[in-house]
Amino acid sequence: MFHDLFFSKTKGKAPKPCPIALSTRVRLARNLREFPFPGRAQSGQKKAVLSKCLEALEKVTDLKTSTSVELDELSELDRQILVERHLISLELSQSDESGGVVLSDDRSCSVMVNEEDHLRIQVLSNGLDFEKVWKLADSLDSGIESKLDYAFDQQLGFLTACPTNLGTGMRASVMMHLPGLVMSKNMDKVINAVNHLGIAVRGLFGEGSDASGSIFQISNQQTLGESETAILERLQVTLENIVHQERMAREKLLEDDGMRLVDKISRAVGSLKNCYLIQSSEAMDHLSLIRLAADFGFLPEKFRALADRMFIEVQPGHVQLSAGKPIEPGERDQLRAETLRKEFLRMPQLNLDPQVD
Amino acid sequence: MKCHHCESQATVHLTQIINGQMHKMDLCESCAQEKGVTNPDNLSIGSLLDNQPKFESSSASMTCESCGTTHQDFKKGGRLGCEACYHVFRPVLEPLLDGMHAGINHLGKIPSRSVERKTVLESEDALRKALQKAVEEENYEKAAELRDRLKKLQAQSSATT
Repeated sequence: MFHDLFFSKTKGKAPKPCPIALSTRVRLARNLREFPFPGRAQSGQKKAVLSKCLEALEKVTDLKTSTSVELDELSELDRQILVERHLISLELSQSDESGGVVLSDDRSCSVMVNEEDHLRIQVLSNGLDFEKVWKLADSLDSGIESKLDYAFDQQLGFLTACPTNLGTGMRASVMMHLPGLVMSKNMDKVINAVNHLGIAVRGLFGEGSDASGSIFQISNQQTLGESETAILERLQVTLENIVHQERMAREKLLEDDGMRLVDKISRAVGSLKNCYLIQSSEAMDHLSLIRLAADFGFLPEKFRALADRMFIEVQPGHVQLSAGKPIEPGERDQLRAETLRKEFLRMPQLNLDPQVD
Repeated sequence: MKCHHCESQATVHLTQIINGQMHKMDLCESCAQEKGVTNPDNLSIGSLLDNQPKFESSSASMTCESCGTTHQDFKKGGRLGCEACYHVFRPVLEPLLDGMHAGINHLGKIPSRSVERKTVLESEDALRKALQKAVEEENYEKAAELRDRLKKLQAQSSATT
């Protein structure tokens, strides 16, 4: 039955930002014609690619107000923070030489240089909005292409180091908060159903169907044989179906075993207010329940925003950022707990009879 | 459960669906790391399977003269080294692409410089062939898209001449 639902189309609906979708991202993989891909390039060639790209990116209109950084200039902690904010990939953060990144000042665009491909162009936005994100990525890409010669083949499209990225070179993804499907143990079914449609689901912080924080990244697997808009439309239909399934799962949880759900949320509140040592995965699970409580109206709206902010701030790099220096895991757990206690100190009692609007 | 590649305990369990067929694999942490499983963006289970059909031995000696990538390198790492590799390894690549993607013809954005570089006629021809194939396969959604692309391209070429 699940399977059928994912094939049904819900066309005609305008994409609206919804609390279940946290953010939308489009990433384009591009390479320069005249250089070997980074995995094969000599050190001198990588350097040449980096300076050529940084020079070109400086002149791109969409990156008028931006900062460019060479990875060598960054400390390990700085790199980790950029990874936790999804501005650079883990792979780039571990690059040994000639890695670079250009970040627009509003943090909506980032262009990585010498990752697996010469260029990884990325556009990020809050909520679910492929139209806006693709438009910006497309324009950014065209701006860059007017200055650099891309490796391109009429049949295979944009040439990439890994054939799984060929064609459009586009990976579009949405980060979704799916506690209802996780708690009702339906996440495996969803993963299975969407996999059949060439769409990948993975836990953002952890693998499988019980990713901590119930946050999943959902993206297209295939990049060749369809246009960008066709890929995005297909993804959009699937995502709307997942949102629908999540809503139904939440309603059912509330109906069937509301007291257990309230108990869970309430315990999460208690833990966040009273913890003295806490690991990031446990913190994520509690934050996920706070977010869910805000969605139900049990807590004021502002707690959803607080949970979203804390999802990032409880990550190991960010805890160390607030400490002002690298610290050991044990010390991190203590500092993380301290921050959470402070942030959630004034959290009100759950309002179990919210006004429905 | 044991790792598919070594004797260690498998902790990474991978499921991927390619063309409606489910492939499962269990790996230990270090093999998973080595095979790049930790970066699911670029993952293809096909490259992990030992028992996949091997290419003919004639392809074993294939090497890209431009960057030095060998067929062995490609089989092991799943990555190509440069633009020229796509010409050298085309024969072994094409059968793989079929299972990996929705199609084997690019239908997306065309960079403006490449249009200048290659003759428009060349890609018109490719599009027409793809269109014909889509119609034969009764894939009308794809055919409509190809038709629009072809029209756009023809308009572009008549505008430039």
